[in-house]
Amino acid sequence: MFNISAFSLYDAVFIVIAGVTLLAALGVVLFPNIIYSALSLILTFLGVAAIFFQLNSGFLGVIQILVYAGAISVLILFAVMLLMNTEPGRTNLPTTRLKTLFAGGGITAMLLTALIAAIGFTKWTEFDLPGVDNSVGMLAEAMMGDYIIAFEAAAIMLLTAVVGAILIAKGVQEK
Amino acid sequence: MIGLPHYLLLGSFLFCIGVFGVLTRRNAIAVLMSIELMLNAVNINLVAANKFAAADAVTGQLLAVFVIVVAAAEIAVGLALIISIFRQRKSVELNDFNLLKW
Repeated sequence: MFNISAFSLYDAVFIVIAGVTLLAALGVVLFPNIIYSALSLILTFLGVAAIFFQLNSGFLGVIQILVYAGAISVLILFAVMLLMNTEPGRTNLPTTRLKTLFAGGGITAMLLTALIAAIGFTKWTEFDLPGVDNSVGMLAEAMMGDYIIAFEAAAIMLLTAVVGAILIAKGVQEK
Repeated sequence: MIGLPHYLLLGSFLFCIGVFGVLTRRNAIAVLMSIELMLNAVNINLVAANKFAAADAVTGQLLAVFVIVVAAAEIAVGLALIISIFRQRKSVELNDFNLLKW
C-alpha cells in the first residue's frame, strides 16, 4: 500500500506540519507549566494556519493567524499572568484523582479508536474537482448574500460577548 | 497520496488531545485552551471536506469562519468568568469552583 514513488513534496509538507501541530498540541496538555502550555498553543494555532494555507484557504489561514495566534493567545497569556498564584512549575498539573485520570484516558482512547475506525472503514471516493480561483471573492459574496442573517447574528453575538466579558470581569458593585 | 482521510485523521488526533485535556486538567485556563484545540480540529475537518468534496463552493470555509467567531466570543467570556471567580476564591483550580454547590 505504501508506495514511495507516489510520495510528493505536498505529502512531505503535510506530514511535517501535522507532526509539529500534534506535538505542540500534546505540549499544551502535558506541560506542567501553564506558560509553556500557552506558548505551545500558539505553535498549534500556527500549524493549523499552515494546514489551511495548504488546503488553498488562504483567507482562513490569515484569519487564523490574526484571531487565534494574535488576539486569543494574547488574551490567554494575559489571563495566565494575572491569575498565577503558585510557583510556575506547578500551574498546570493533572487531576489528583486517579479515577478521573484513568476515566479521562479511557474515554479519549475509546473516542480515538471509534474515529479512526470510522475513517478507516469508510470507502472514500476520489473527487477531482477543479478548485476555484477566487475563493476570497466567493466567500465575501456568500457572507454578504445568502448568509447575511448569520453574519449579522454573529456580529451581534460578538458585541454581546465583549460587553458581557467586560461586565463580568469588572464585577458589579452592589449598592 | 495525502487525501481527505489524512486530514480527518489529523483532526481526530487533535480533537482527542483536546478531550483528554478537558477531562484531566485541574487548571481552568488549561481546560479553555483544550477547548480551543477541539474547535481547531473541527475547523481542519470543515476546510478539508470543503476542498476535497466540494471544491467549487466555499460553504465549509464559511462555517469555519463562524466557528472562529464563536470561539473568540467563548474565550473572552470564559476568561472573564475565571477572573471573576479568581477574585472570590483566589484559585483557578476547578476543584475549588463549587460556588453553586451547597
